[in-house]
Amino acid sequence: MNRPALSWIRLAALVRKEFIHISRDPRSLAMAFLMPMILLILFGYAISMDIKTLDLAVYDQDKSAASRQYVEGYQASGYFRVAGSIEDYASARAQLDRGQVHLALVIPSHFARDLEQGRSPKVQVIADGTDANTATIALGYAEAVTNRFSTVRQHATIELAVDNRVRVWYNPDLKSRWFIIPGLIAVIMSVITALLTSLTVSREWESGTMEQLIATPVQPIELFLGKMAPYFVIGVADVLFSVAMGVWVFGVPLRGSFLFLLGVSSMFLVGGLSLGILISTVAKSQLVASQLAMILTFLPAFLLSGFLYSIDNMPRFLQVATHVVQSRYFVDVLKAIFLKASPPRFLAEDLAFLGLFAVVVFVAALRKFKKKLT
Amino acid sequence: MNRENAVEVKDLTRTFGSFVAVDRLTLEVGRGTVFGFLGPNGAGKSTTIRMLCGLLLPTSGEGRVAGLDVMTESEAIKRSIGYMSQKFSLYDDLTVEENIDFYAGLYSVPKDRRQERKAWVLEMAGLADKRRTLTRTLAGGWKQRLALGCAVQHEPPILFLDEPTSGVDPLSRRRFWDLIAQMARRGTTVFVTTHYMEEAEYCDELALIYRGKMIARGTPHEVKVLLPDDILEIRVERPFEALERLEASGLVREVALFGGALHAVVGEAGTGAPALARFLEEQGFVVEAIQPVPPSLEDVFVSLIELEDRRNPAGAEE
Repeated sequence: MNRPALSWIRLAALVRKEFIHISRDPRSLAMAFLMPMILLILFGYAISMDIKTLDLAVYDQDKSAASRQYVEGYQASGYFRVAGSIEDYASARAQLDRGQVHLALVIPSHFARDLEQGRSPKVQVIADGTDANTATIALGYAEAVTNRFSTVRQHATIELAVDNRVRVWYNPDLKSRWFIIPGLIAVIMSVITALLTSLTVSREWESGTMEQLIATPVQPIELFLGKMAPYFVIGVADVLFSVAMGVWVFGVPLRGSFLFLLGVSSMFLVGGLSLGILISTVAKSQLVASQLAMILTFLPAFLLSGFLYSIDNMPRFLQVATHVVQSRYFVDVLKAIFLKASPPRFLAEDLAFLGLFAVVVFVAALRKFKKKLT
Repeated sequence: MNRENAVEVKDLTRTFGSFVAVDRLTLEVGRGTVFGFLGPNGAGKSTTIRMLCGLLLPTSGEGRVAGLDVMTESEAIKRSIGYMSQKFSLYDDLTVEENIDFYAGLYSVPKDRRQERKAWVLEMAGLADKRRTLTRTLAGGWKQRLALGCAVQHEPPILFLDEPTSGVDPLSRRRFWDLIAQMARRGTTVFVTTHYMEEAEYCDELALIYRGKMIARGTPHEVKVLLPDDILEIRVERPFEALERLEASGLVREVALFGGALHAVVGEAGTGAPALARFLEEQGFVVEAIQPVPPSLEDVFVSLIELEDRRNPAGAEE
């Protein structure tokens, strides 16, 4: 069968029609901008990996100058707040049980004497392990405070064999917001793109206009490109809007090339919008389509994109599975552009996968769509 | 393929699971004819028209539209036809003009012809002063003519209309058939389905489809002759009561109220008329008049459908 080439006249007619649909539907237009804003504010403020202040209960059995000096070391570190002194183990347990403190510190009665005699006194740190993440970080801080105290007590007479000077690049203060916001933009955009287009094809099936459309010489590729065009524009606007919020509301530095960011976002948008189209060719009702879009984008983007949970720490089979998650590459690229100012060539693999995803999904949608009724 | 035929179909069949929607349909439609495809709801009219428009793949059989194969050349068919689906599927949130422009684009109407075609559609549909009105707010008749206009902007040689007059007021229906007649005069072949039997009179040729099968076909005149029975018009006092007695008498095949009179279907008018007059008078009715009348198409169709039901009771409803 001879297949006429893509017709620009038909494409122009479709693009124009889709733009009119959107311009006459202020509610969904508002949703397209309010949704990223609300999600960004909600998640941007709610998700934080930073530990601000850890509450500490101190059971000082020694009550010596040395033990007080040791406890002050905790206060001075800036990570701990001494919430109160306690006089027995039962109170330590009670306070941990109620969640009033994160840690309980127990200093034995012979603390000062042991130090004098050159023996290493043993102190006990009890952590609330229900929040393993916080506990791990708290124990790390406690160890650092203790090491520091030991070094000072030894009057630093011994030269250290290795003097390690730690520098953290790209995010020197290790602010979790700096890596969460760029990833969050990727997650939000992947949900929005699929959601926007997932409704468009199924809507025409529901209203009966599709029957009229497929009786014309229109080509599926024209139909899809026409449907994607206005949402692409909205998507770009959403990205710009989210990036602006990241920079100006959340204070994340945008160090890389803005043009590169725009280019990658476009690639990502084509893939995400295509996924929505593919969904709406499978789901013939708007309800099913929007639910499918949420399930297929939100969960993978949230859990498997490396946005919060490092892919390297996942079991092998999940690591393999993440390769089909489009947002994974976008999360990677956005973090790199924001914080590291990476040039495109450093991100070649991510870019290749983003491109591949877009092409595969778009072609799948074209194949799935038949100009027939069933 | 006969060059004179716009549509040719042989043994065309479409099943949905075990349900046979269209059963071995065979017909030809000559160029420039208004071809009426009639039948009650669910008879298979839409399924047939969708197969001809390349929207539905036939299960078996063959068909050609504009010389193109419905099995393999459906996309080429879509370029040579205009199609108006049952629900006048225009975009409600677009204005009249935007709908016209959209379909002009889809059918690639040349730029230099656009204005002229648009003006024609607006004038034909009577929407010249409503071009910026949202389609949502238009009444049925206007929507229907706009949908027709949109579907024929590219001046297709063959036009398929699926129930174009359903849900439209009688005046608009009359006007619509006038438009169709005009197009046919200019050489367009019009294939139109309807379940309004009286609309059959507007067609050059008819096919009656019932439960997926074609049970009659020909010109309106030829179809009327198909009726093997005669129809008697009876004017009588207390027609309701008379109707009940006649139904119970076994003398008539069928009897129905027609305006103030009764229409009774009998085997033969010559012997039927005196027999019925005698029966009614015996029952105490005063018969004012009893005379044979030419059957309307509706009479014919109702009789043919009942004949089909008697012949094939398995398929009948209830």
